[in-house]
Formats: sequence, structure tokens, C-alpha cells
Amino acid sequence: MTGIGWRGRLVLVGLPFLWLGLFFLVPLLIVLKISLARSTIGVPPYTPFVSASGAGLSLHASLANFALLTRDDLYLRAYLGSLANAGLATALCLVLGYPLAHAIARASPAWRPLLLFLVVLPFWTSFLIRVYAWIAILQPNGLLNRALLAAGLIHTPLPLLNNGFSVELGLVYSYLPFMVLPIFGSLSALDASLTEAAADLGARPWRQFLGVTLPLSLPGVVAGCFLVFVPAVGEFVIPDLLGGPDTLMIGKVLWDEFFENHDWPMAAAVAVVLVAALALPILYAQRWLDREPAGDPAARPRQSHAIFLDRSGEAGP
Amino acid sequence: MALLEIAAVSKSFGATAAVDDVSLSIERGELFALLGPSGCGKTTLLRLIAGFDQPDRGRILVDGTDVTALPPYDRPVNMMFQSYALFPHLDVAANIAFGLRQERMERRRRAARVEEMLALVQMSDYARRRPHQLSGGQRQRVALARALAKMPKLLLLDEPLAALDRKLRDETRRELIAIQQRVGTTFLVVTHDQEEALGMASRVAVMNGGGLVQVGSPVEIYERPNSRFVAGFVGEVNLFEGEVVTADPGLALQVAGLNQPVPLPVAVIRSPGEAALVALRPERLRLSHERPAGFALTATVVAADYQGAVSVLRLASPAGLPLTVLLPSAAAAGFARGCAVWASWPPEDLVVIGR
Repeated sequence: MTGIGWRGRLVLVGLPFLWLGLFFLVPLLIVLKISLARSTIGVPPYTPFVSASGAGLSLHASLANFALLTRDDLYLRAYLGSLANAGLATALCLVLGYPLAHAIARASPAWRPLLLFLVVLPFWTSFLIRVYAWIAILQPNGLLNRALLAAGLIHTPLPLLNNGFSVELGLVYSYLPFMVLPIFGSLSALDASLTEAAADLGARPWRQFLGVTLPLSLPGVVAGCFLVFVPAVGEFVIPDLLGGPDTLMIGKVLWDEFFENHDWPMAAAVAVVLVAALALPILYAQRWLDREPAGDPAARPRQSHAIFLDRSGEAGP
Repeated sequence: MALLEIAAVSKSFGATAAVDDVSLSIERGELFALLGPSGCGKTTLLRLIAGFDQPDRGRILVDGTDVTALPPYDRPVNMMFQSYALFPHLDVAANIAFGLRQERMERRRRAARVEEMLALVQMSDYARRRPHQLSGGQRQRVALARALAKMPKLLLLDEPLAALDRKLRDETRRELIAIQQRVGTTFLVVTHDQEEALGMASRVAVMNGGGLVQVGSPVEIYERPNSRFVAGFVGEVNLFEGEVVTADPGLALQVAGLNQPVPLPVAVIRSPGEAALVALRPERLRLSHERPAGFALTATVVAADYQGAVSVLRLASPAGLPLTVLLPSAAAAGFARGCAVWASWPPEDLVVIGR
């Protein structure tokens, strides 16, 4: 028997919902509402949703902004550019982050806290300042170019800043910890006797990894990929500071619509489509993670990921 | 030729010698038990044989081949882990097939081998279950099947029954013996439970402080312990320590706390004045209300511990020397707490343990 009764439970369950409703759902609905309006000069700079007209109230909603999204291929190219940049950044974070997480999980218990601390250390400085620091490093007369020139390795400064390279570097640098931490979590929860059992049964190190370690750390990999991909898609600061004229990312487009063109409804429409495009894969991944045997071993059906895992269990060179 | 030959193997972790100059040979087809308290080095020795750790000194030979430098995946040895270490993302059949897959066994032969292993441990109906859907006893069977699937020359079992409850443990122990006899594989069992070791193994090695203390059949280990440690670790024991004196006939032991010397077995050859330690198993003592013929001690029952079929009585001699007696409960009923009794035993039942 619980001591709190149904009122207490209502409060416990209700408070987080109230919070999410007030600070997430309501703002989202406001953005949705603005996306259906028309740009106008005034305060606020968009037409009202409901207005009094003559005898009664009339509703003004228009899908014109969404129609424009499909007509002008700038938006489509920006969405695709964001997806490509974020996808590449996610892949690079995974390639760099998995070995890093693996090494930390395998490090001696004396070293592990220090190594984890180093992964989290960048968060102690403002994100903006860290991105600015990259400008100082990458610009034509920046630290890196000067060092390379001084070493005689190059004779003219390399174009390191304001291009695709610097954006990708900024994304990978900024989001790497979000990949490392969940994978480290999965790997450190792994029972060491499982890889020993694999070795005992004749699996060489590479097959121990493919057959046991990798499939059992997939929840961490999936979580890490989403933690990197989702914010990277909407990233504005990095393409704005490190990107160049040909960097096209949707966060930048959204910013320009809002602050340069003062077209709030268009900016809102861009945001609504972005949220909708990301929500579906996130929901799917969430369901996948919830079905992990590590979470709740109750007899829930779990065909989808079971197929996935069984394949990796059999994988091997 | 011995199947497993351990030659002067030592292994230290930092300053502690986990395994200290151990030599041991195990014959083909044996069910051998390594028995010792926790921290005695038995698990380290097992891990050295499996290849998870490398010895600092010494050699390990399996079936005549030196495997000391081989990694675990190249040794003809498999291990059943104490935690079972079943792969949680694979079902029972895939767990058993894991080792066969590594040696690239052809698909149909592999499936047949998995079937055979499932039948051996009576788990055929559970092939598609995941480990978390099995009970502890079922997991233990799967772990055994997985370790046996590759037909290792030597199977290492790390505390195979420790995770099971008592009733299941006895049942599983009998099954393990039956399976070992059927497959004929050499089993090396590590356990801290003396009952398990004595009841299962054809030979037992008792370990303490990183070294082997005694190696012998269960009967030898129990009836003729060679040290105070073995006598005390394997079962309960009464120990008498004292000085050898001449008696009529033969020799006796003058023990502090007893008002008369304890006659030693006729076969014992010692010089008077020498110190000696003798052991007496509690079930060898006899109790009576009247003084029996021959050697007997007076004592008082200070505690009676009823254990169902048998009872353990704690006695004290008038000078305070404690004695432990094991009797069938029916016989023990006549000796209540506080009762004065005569305790006696045939002198031949005493075992002289050097020191």
C-alpha cells in the first residue's frame, strides 16, 4: 500500500506534465499558430489568428508559408544540408567516440574518473566562447596556420575557416561528449565475464567485440547518435560562426527569416517542419531503447530489435 | 600421461602471491575438485588454466601440449563461469552455438550438435528462450551445455553450484556427475564447499594461502587429513594437542584439559616427549551414561544442535576441554543439555597429524 493516496499520486504525475505542457507544448502550439499567419508590419509582426470582423469572429489560417517551403528550393537545400552535415558529424562522432568510450571503460578504476572528467571538462566553458576559440585557431593567420608555416610544412596559409571543414569540425568537437557518455554508460555496465566467455569459446578479440561487446552496447550507440544528430540538425551558432557563404543549414535559415527578414510566420513554418521531421525518428528510437532487455526483462514482445541484435551476434569478418 | 599438468606455477598480484608454486597433475576422465576457502587462490589457478591470466612462473600443459603462452581462444579448455556469463542478447540455442560458430563448424553439423547438447542438459524445449527468461537452474544447464559443446579436453567449472538453492544444488550435483560420466570429459571443479567437493569429485586438492595443502581421494582427505588446516576446513573435527607419553600398552597423548592421557593407535611410532596433534571426527565418538570398558572420559553436555537426521552435541570435559559429537538424532535424544556422560572412542579412530 502506498501512503500518498490518489491525490498525492495525481500531484506527482501531474506536476511534470504541467511543466511540460506549460513550457513545451504551449510554446510549440504558439509557434504552430504563428506559422499559419501572414507576415505584416506591426507588433507583433504577423496577422492575428482570430479577429473580430463585422458581426462575428473570423479565423485566419493559411498554409501559404508551408507552400513557400516547397516552392523555393532554398529551404529544401537547407534542410538537406543540415541533415547531411549532422549525419556526417554523427558518423564522425561515433567513429571517434566509440573507441574513446571503450578505452575509458577499459581503463583502470584509478584513471576512469579523471578520463571522464576530461570528456566533460569543455562544458565548464561557455559553448559560444569555445566556438570562437576555433576561429582563433583556424583563421588564415591563426594558431594552426602559423604553426604549420613556422614548421615549414606549408608555404601559404590553408583555408581552414568558413567552409564545410570548419563547420564539420565545430559540430564534431561540440557534440563528441554526447556520443562518448552514453556509449561509456553501456560499456561500463557490461559484465567483463561476457567477453571472457567469448574468448573462452574461441572468439578472437575482433570477434569478441563484434559478437558480444558491440551488440550489447547498441543502446548506448543509439542514444549517443540521437543526442548528437538532433541538436546538430538545428544547430545555428556553429554554421554562423565557422561556416562560409556556401554553408547552408536550416538553423541559419531560420535565424535569417526571423532576425533579418522579420518574417516570423515563415520562421515558424521552418521550425514546425523541422520538429515534425525529427520527432518521428526520435519516437521510434525511444521505443527501441525501451525494449532493451537491460531495461526491463519482463516478457514484452520485442521482435524489431531482436532481429537487429541477432544479426550483429552473427556478424563477423 | 596426465591430461593436465601444472608445473611449479606461481602468480602474484602486486605483493600478494595468489598462487604460490603449485604443481598438480590431473588424469584423463577425472572429476577433480579444487577446494579451499575464499581467497586461497583456487579461482586464480582456474583462470591461469583457462588463459585469462598469465602465470609469473611455471608451465601449464594440456594433453602434453604446453599452453602457458596461448590465449584463451586457442586452448582446448572451456570454462563454466560462476555467474554463467550467458550472452543476454542471444537465445539459448545461439548461446550454445557461439563456440561452434567460432570454429566455423558447418551449419547442419552445428545445429545437430546444439540439439545434442540441449538434450544432454534436458533443455530442448527452451532453445528459443533468452537467458533472462530462464530460472537459475536452467541457466546453469545452458552454461554447462555451452561449455561442453566444443568438446573441450578439459572443462573448468567455477563454483558451479554456488548460485543455486540447497535442494536444487544436491540434485544438480548428481546430474553433473552423471553428465561427466556420460561425456567422459575431464572436469576440474573449483569450490569452497567441502560437502560439494567430497560428494562429487574422484580426487580433491585442498588449497590454502596460494598453495596445495593436500591432494587425495575424498576418503583420504576426510579420514586422514595431513594438517590442522585440512582437518579443520573439511568437516568438523576434535583436535587434541599434547605431549607423547608411554602408556600401558603403547603410547598415549597427555592433553591439557584432560585428567588422563589419550591412548594413541597402536601403529603410531613416536618418541615419548615429542609434541603431537591428533584429530578425531565427531561421528567417531560414542556416548554412554555408564562407564564403558577401556578408555573413556567424563564430560557434560553443554549444547545440543538438532539438525533433523543427526544432532551435534557440544561437550566439555571437567577441565573445560570442548568436544564435538555427531549422533543420529534418535540416539542423541538420551543426552539432554546438562547431562553428565562418558565419552569414548576406539584409539584406532584417532588420526595423528604431524603438527
